[in-house]
Amino acid sequence: MVIYGVALLSFCMLVGVLVGDLLGQMMQVEANVGGVGIAMLLLLLLSNLGGKEAALSPITEKGLGFWSAMYIPIVVAMAARQNVAEALSGGWMAIVAGVAAVAASFAMIPVLAHFGREPRDDS
Amino acid sequence: MILETLQRVLETNGLITAFMFVGGLVWVSYWVSGNLTRGKVHGSAIAIALGLVLAWYGGVATGGSRGLSDFPLLAGVGLMGGAMFRDFAIVATAFGADIRALKSAGVIGAFSIVIGVALSFVIGVIVALAFGYTDAIELTTIGAGAATYIVGPVTGTALGAGSDVIALSVAAGLTKSVLVMIGTPFVAGRIGLNNPHSALIYGGLMGTTSGVAGGLAATDPKLVPYGAMTATFYTGMGCLLAPSLLYLMVRAIV
Repeated sequence: MVIYGVALLSFCMLVGVLVGDLLGQMMQVEANVGGVGIAMLLLLLLSNLGGKEAALSPITEKGLGFWSAMYIPIVVAMAARQNVAEALSGGWMAIVAGVAAVAASFAMIPVLAHFGREPRDDS
Repeated sequence: MILETLQRVLETNGLITAFMFVGGLVWVSYWVSGNLTRGKVHGSAIAIALGLVLAWYGGVATGGSRGLSDFPLLAGVGLMGGAMFRDFAIVATAFGADIRALKSAGVIGAFSIVIGVALSFVIGVIVALAFGYTDAIELTTIGAGAATYIVGPVTGTALGAGSDVIALSVAAGLTKSVLVMIGTPFVAGRIGLNNPHSALIYGGLMGTTSGVAGGLAATDPKLVPYGAMTATFYTGMGCLLAPSLLYLMVRAIV
């Protein structure tokens, strides 16, 4: 059933967000720490659990596939609700700080990717 | 009468209106991508850019803080694009991801998050210095804002910074987030962002969940789970480091 997939996804997300919130409280920071990442690992773990007999049925997978496919439209909606006006009205310092941070971070990617890569290149 | 009824129907079914609206927006974007850029610029990149332009218009027209969704007619866009559905869809993309690549996030992922927070923070502080700020609390708050627009206000509030400086830090973080969304597809080739390994590092360095979600959607949606995996730890790390260790370092220097 499609709802099994959606329910599994919901369960993973709620557990992840819960653990992330608790982690944040333990670290005494006012933020969710890694909730989405924990949820993703949990989903991978549960959907790969138990081999063939416990494998998700194709219809159950549809419940997951739908939300995965809705990712781009949701991100478009996310873009449409960003506070772009405030970003641009923050004055030059805010814009320069944001642009410089992004440029430096982009430039750092190949450096870290080079150092972090394992000898066997399996990408 | 018809118009009033239509408006009422659209407003009371806000989320459904948003589905239709975003569907139209995506359709227009893919049409532009295919016919005007001959597929050179990805349809989703155009849709995200278009969304940001509309968000800017919404903010200017309504004076609100939630872009296009401050128009009552499009309030559903706020729900559809809010953190709940965003995170739900991100988690869903993990289904079918390469579990080996995700597990290898460990060391290099943690490393890239720490470097990412420190790098953005230092750049933010340097820019603030260049613009004449000398107070350690103000410098730290602006540096934290250059990490993400959540780290900025959390840090500023913890240190007791003024609301004007906190607003600046939010603006810096928003600029970063918007720029990551728009810029990623254009630099992806040059920085080697085409495999799970570099996507993990990308997520850790950029850190802004919205920026990473948008940037990877516009570049290659298959990379989303890897970037999101590391980005999800970034804000927490920033909120941990900025008001403590990084603040002490700034105070020792200035």
